[in-house]
Amino acid sequence: MTNRCGASVKGHNPKPMTVVEPSDLSSGRNPLGHTIELGRERPIQLDCGVELGPVTVAYQTYGTLNADRSNAILICHALTGDQYVADPHPITGKPGWWSQLVGPGRVFDTDRYFLVCSNVLGGCMGTTGPRDINPATGKPWGVTFPVITIGDMVQVQARLIDALGIDQLFCVVGGSMGGMQVLEWCASFPERVFSAIPIATAARHSAQNIAFNEVGRQAITTDPDWFGGDYASHDAKPVRGLAVARMAAHITYLSEAALHRKFGRNLQGRQGFSYGFEADFQVESYLRHQGSTFVERFDANSYLYITRAMDYFDLAAERDGGLADAFKGIKTRFCVISFSSDWLFPTSESRAVVHALNAVAANVSFVEITSDKGHDAFLLDEPELHATLTGFLNGAAEHRGLPRGNKPEGGR
Amino acid sequence: MMTLANGGLRVDLKLIADMVEPGSRVLDVGCGDGSLLAWLGKHKNVDGRGVEISMAGVAAAVAQGLSVIQGDADTDLSTYPVGAFDYVILSQTLQATYEPKTVLNDMLRIGRHAIVSFPNFGHWRVRSKLLFTGRMPVTGSLTYQWYETPNIHFCTIRDFLVLCGELGITVEKSIALDRYGGAVPSFGTGWLANLFAEQGLFLLSRRG
Repeated sequence: MTNRCGASVKGHNPKPMTVVEPSDLSSGRNPLGHTIELGRERPIQLDCGVELGPVTVAYQTYGTLNADRSNAILICHALTGDQYVADPHPITGKPGWWSQLVGPGRVFDTDRYFLVCSNVLGGCMGTTGPRDINPATGKPWGVTFPVITIGDMVQVQARLIDALGIDQLFCVVGGSMGGMQVLEWCASFPERVFSAIPIATAARHSAQNIAFNEVGRQAITTDPDWFGGDYASHDAKPVRGLAVARMAAHITYLSEAALHRKFGRNLQGRQGFSYGFEADFQVESYLRHQGSTFVERFDANSYLYITRAMDYFDLAAERDGGLADAFKGIKTRFCVISFSSDWLFPTSESRAVVHALNAVAANVSFVEITSDKGHDAFLLDEPELHATLTGFLNGAAEHRGLPRGNKPEGGR
Repeated sequence: MMTLANGGLRVDLKLIADMVEPGSRVLDVGCGDGSLLAWLGKHKNVDGRGVEISMAGVAAAVAQGLSVIQGDADTDLSTYPVGAFDYVILSQTLQATYEPKTVLNDMLRIGRHAIVSFPNFGHWRVRSKLLFTGRMPVTGSLTYQWYETPNIHFCTIRDFLVLCGELGITVEKSIALDRYGGAVPSFGTGWLANLFAEQGLFLLSRRG
């Protein structure tokens, strides 16, 4: 690797909140982070058979890579997440999705670890995806973009890690689809992953989850503004379809208990029913808000491609055998985490991963965290999650010869 | 009440720890907060794993850097491969399993040795409670009422030894424990132990 990308391997300076236009991102200029071009000489071999390259990858880093290059943690984001783990989102201005976990003395201690998070292949925050221009046609890819898999996303991440001059990651961590990437890393590059934390995830997407994704995709593709995926050349956006997709998906991220606690049957700014189809209930108003804000920051075609990648994910089938075969001989230290009220990626899915790891006598910890917040719990302030992550990372750091944190509790 | 030995480890756990060879692979089933695993890692350089049913126990163990999964002896032991460990430890948990026989067999399938301790239901205090009050015994070491106890498969030391015989298990070492978890060598492992030991502790293996 000639490109050691030295410029990106330096201390992270907190940046002032800057709001940029999405066009800045699609033009390849990423004012808040780094971008790198990969695969120009050696294209990415996608699972669908297509060779893709070069690809642009947008990523963020926090902390400093040590001299041994042994303290790097790759954070994998979820379906609608992005690389802005701990920075204000460039479009919405909202805090990073794990900002409460990243920083000096926090769970992902930037005084000790070098954190990397890249936007996934097929994404819409700077990494090559369907919104970008197909160099062969000079037009946006749209649905002519090749169908990608979780494995493809991980191949691209591995190229990025190569470019950063890192042989072995100290840890790969992620929740939901990020957890799928963690498992894929362990199966594809076991020797490059010292420790792994798959959170609220599964080794394959369930029929129920494929079904929910299909509802979302149908909402998008039946929106007249989708134009067969070519909305860019019609100066349109299937915002209604994408909003409905987000609303349906958002329900699956919560739990009945969380919805009830938050909204109950409370009415939104009115004393009685409208006897019409306004957003009478607070929960309706909330979902509509979720949908309408989501479309500002996410590309509809990216949503199609990334949900498809999740649907195709089946770690055991990829290696035509039992799930345990995917992990044979692995030395990685695992910490599998689930949440008791998560019905999208229920504990039984995590337990299946744990049992597969047991079957190859892998080094594994497994914690089901009691929470009524549903799947979204991994993004929320859950002290038990923070304590588990901190304890596991400290234990792994000791085995890797990295300094342990001073505070046993970590957190904030 | 259990007392603490040197190094902060409970006396009965220290007796278990003494049975473990340094540098070995250990699975502690029902490991609680992982204090035995932590001690073994620190003092005997053991590659330790744990299984614990309580969320609080697992969280405490993982938060101190131990490799512990949430699970239990009945459901999780079957997932490990043959000979994955040198020692599989089941401390004061056998009586709470659904299928003690399967658990014992699994322990000696996945481990070269099994270390098992359990409260002795043959203890004179238990016998006398039942004999003189006609009610299920509640004692210092058996503190639950019958309707709330997690202990569903009580046995005496003699019962246990009979089962080991039936399963072709070799008892390499046996220790009778008093109410404080300390060893009482003078009890032996015969009728005296069955009457006076509060707990039995056994190092098991299966030849062939």
